[in-house]
Amino acid sequence: MAFLSATDMLGGYGETTILNSCTISVNKGEIAVIVGPNGAGKSTAMRAIFGMLQLKKGQVTFNDQDITNLKPQERVRLGMGFVPQTNNVFNSMTVLENLEMGGFINPKNIDKNIEDIFSLFPILHEKRAQTLNELSGGQRQQVAVGRALMTNPKLLMLDEPTAGVSPIVVKELFQKITEISSKGIAILMVEQNAKQALAIANKGFVLVQGENKYTDKGSSLLKNKEVRKAFLGG
Amino acid sequence: MTYWSRRFTVFSIFFTALFLVGLFQSWNVAFAIFNICIISAIMALGVNIQVGYAGIFNAGIMGFAAIGGLAAVLISHPPVTETLSIGGFSILLCGMMIGLVAAICVFLSTKLQLSKITRRLLISLTIIIGLFFINLIGAPAVEKIEAFEPAATGFLGGIGMPIIFSWIVGAIVAGFIAWLIGKITLGLRSDYLAIATLGIAETIIYVLKNEDWLTRGVKNVNALPRPVPYELSLQESKWFIEFCERYQFPLVETSSIVVKLCYSSLFLIVLFVLFTLFEIALKSPWGRMMRAIRDNEVSARAMGKNIKARHIEIFILGSAVVGLAGAMLTTLEGQFTPIAYQPLRFTFTVWVMVIIGGTGNNYGSIIGGFLVWFLWVEAEPFGLLLVEFFTSPLSETNSLRVHLINNAAHMRYIMMGLLLLLVLRFSPKGIFPEGR
Amino acid sequence: MDYFNALALITNFIVIPGLTYGSQLALGALGVTLIYAVLRFSNFAHGELMSFGAMVCILFTWLGQSYGFSFSFLPTALLFLPIAVVFCVLYCIVIEKFVFSFYRKQKADPIITLIASIGVMFLTAGLIRFIIGPGDQSFNDGVRFIFSVKDFKNFTGLEQGFGLKTTQALTIGITIFLSISLFWFLNSTKTGKSMRAFSDNEELALLSGIDPNRVVLVTWIIAGALATFAGVLYGLDKIYKPFIFLQMLLPIFSAAILGGVGNPIGAFIGGYVIALSELIVTFAYKRVLGYILPENLAPESMMQFLATDYKYAVSFIILVIVLIIRPTGIFSGKTI
Repeated sequence: MAFLSATDMLGGYGETTILNSCTISVNKGEIAVIVGPNGAGKSTAMRAIFGMLQLKKGQVTFNDQDITNLKPQERVRLGMGFVPQTNNVFNSMTVLENLEMGGFINPKNIDKNIEDIFSLFPILHEKRAQTLNELSGGQRQQVAVGRALMTNPKLLMLDEPTAGVSPIVVKELFQKITEISSKGIAILMVEQNAKQALAIANKGFVLVQGENKYTDKGSSLLKNKEVRKAFLGG
Repeated sequence: MTYWSRRFTVFSIFFTALFLVGLFQSWNVAFAIFNICIISAIMALGVNIQVGYAGIFNAGIMGFAAIGGLAAVLISHPPVTETLSIGGFSILLCGMMIGLVAAICVFLSTKLQLSKITRRLLISLTIIIGLFFINLIGAPAVEKIEAFEPAATGFLGGIGMPIIFSWIVGAIVAGFIAWLIGKITLGLRSDYLAIATLGIAETIIYVLKNEDWLTRGVKNVNALPRPVPYELSLQESKWFIEFCERYQFPLVETSSIVVKLCYSSLFLIVLFVLFTLFEIALKSPWGRMMRAIRDNEVSARAMGKNIKARHIEIFILGSAVVGLAGAMLTTLEGQFTPIAYQPLRFTFTVWVMVIIGGTGNNYGSIIGGFLVWFLWVEAEPFGLLLVEFFTSPLSETNSLRVHLINNAAHMRYIMMGLLLLLVLRFSPKGIFPEGR
Repeated sequence: MDYFNALALITNFIVIPGLTYGSQLALGALGVTLIYAVLRFSNFAHGELMSFGAMVCILFTWLGQSYGFSFSFLPTALLFLPIAVVFCVLYCIVIEKFVFSFYRKQKADPIITLIASIGVMFLTAGLIRFIIGPGDQSFNDGVRFIFSVKDFKNFTGLEQGFGLKTTQALTIGITIFLSISLFWFLNSTKTGKSMRAFSDNEELALLSGIDPNRVVLVTWIIAGALATFAGVLYGLDKIYKPFIFLQMLLPIFSAAILGGVGNPIGAFIGGYVIALSELIVTFAYKRVLGYILPENLAPESMMQFLATDYKYAVSFIILVIVLIIRPTGIFSGKTI
């Protein structure tokens, strides 16, 4: 069984169903990307996997353990890290404090973790004493990712990490994500920049109306004519 | 129809309780309680249209009730000619001055195209200059008025009209003040609004306590004329004596009950009229619009509803009703006592009434007003009973026992608190939920 | 020389009382603002919590005095203040458990929690009046003055002077110490930072593994302690009156809103601004101007902006002005 496997998820908000027999899986060391048109349920799938949405049907296992009914906080303790799309940093706190806040799960390694994050994102070291209000969008995303890494996750989930940042920064962020992945952390992300994301992905999921439309290797999806035509703009 | 049976049951329980009080305590007490129950119900109706219809949390109920009380004084008290001749003219001048300042401020803020800063500066300047002149003219006059026989008058008095007119005037004045306040505070976040209105109420009470020339301040205004007969004149009238003899009623007690019944009927008429109007309003398009705004302000705004204007409307209406009830209360008591206005007794107890009865339901406000006032009064004897029961093993002179018995009346606060917390937690919709 | 006399007058009637009263308001406003920042509601019961803490302290002081305890020249009540803090904090925790936690978990509208706090206010007010009665209690048995107006006059030879009451010095000193400790706690300890994080972004705090129950508990402990200190210091400095604490809600909330609700530094400064404004506006400047102005210009009237009785109204006027001009307060609030 895959490291993270969410099978046959059915769920939504209130009466409306957004996810419909949606299946996502990530193996250790992999980068998996969920792409799809607007309103396809990509973010909802992430929230469902993370326990922020009650599933009506389906099962989520992580590291051979059934976590379908665990709260998000409990999933964090098991080694799942999550970077929400919005409100993903503590705005009134400094960069260093933001990172420290991620360290409650694993208090022993705080200093080492912070060092690792600073070497991954050198700019944060420079800005460590500034509050998040004073940072640019890309830097804030780095802090958000850094805070999630502080929990020592085995799987890092990113909900549109490149939303609203400039193209150059997008490229840099993807680079960093590959770097994180190379340390053995599995990555699952939702992306609008589908082409670039699939280019670094081992596996891609194309969701349409809450259902899996295509599931394949990232590079294969990029080559797939239908996928290109329908979702990647030719 | 089940709604009706539920209403019937609840009201029956209340009247049974009142009946028991009449039977075991005295009928005089029962009717005294009932009269204030009616006034409380009217206040609760007024607050309910703010909270229930529009979701406005007004923590300034005490202030509007006190304005009603002041209206009762100013309408019914005979004019004090001496003080009027000493300082009446200066006070009138000051009043005109306030009007002038207000007019200039309105002119500055609406008619002239000024930058924000200039406008604020000019308005502040106008107010300061105005205050200076008002102080210059008013202060000596006030001093003279207050120095005139302070033990008996020391104030301007009223205009000597029948006190019942004050009910309307109280409502109008309270509504006017609500309009002023609403302009400033409505549109604030709900908890800011609560704090701001709390402050307004306190400020109104400070004015009433300290402006002796207007209200006699803490010296109170006593013996306001009544809209109903006096006990003594009843006891002396021939038909009443005959009436009591025929049915073997005790003369003194009966006279005071009859007086209370007269009040009750007057109050019940007001309650009935207001209730009917409010029920009609609730079911009218206006009421539906109000609830639409309350339930979803964003979409109501998107549909082009002027939310602030509607809120001001309802704030004025509710406050006017509270002012009316305040005037009625002062009428019933026959005296105006500024220090009696305590937020726990007025503002927050009325909230308890509305919430326990069921916000948004007029039947609820009435039963809430009835029940809560009943409990508020009866908590004292009941608390005493409770304390005596639990301390009965202690000797009569045991200091703890004496202390607790002396403080037993304060059980009413504990009871109000528990009642509010329990209802809010376990039955947040109240006795009669909205729409039932 | 006349200028010094004027200065002494102002110090005696505005500066010292203003700083004292400001300290009491600041402690109250800090509690209100912390509760708002972390628990996200306006706690109308805060005044009664202050009263509750003060009451417990008075009861223990009486008990202690009957066993002959005293604290040399300081008020005996200070000895029993820690016990009062414990009781008040326990009371807060009980209330959180039975009342507020329910609404917190429901994510109820803040106004509903506010109404619940009014229920708590009623309940607490009743308990206090039931236990200690509605009357005034004076419980300050320390030395009254550090130096009196008379000492000052003798020492300097000025016509006017100012005195410093022991309770005034204690109030100001303890408040500054507590506030600095609180700011240090919030900015430099892990628990304090987790409170700030929780206040900033609750969901993310949960995702970071911050224990919400612990944050809430610590918040109540701090709020209860601050309330007790505020209540006891107010009671020592003036007199303990159960009725006064509901009136104090207004200046306390004004201070908190003026500083930006949820902002502790704002609340601290707001307390002093409100207190000093109250005194500046209601002080009669006749004597001061008599010293400063040339004799022929000396005023005849009291030179008072507002009668002293309108003290509380001043805080309301400030509140209204803030709400109209800058509803977020001087220091924009919302998060710690």
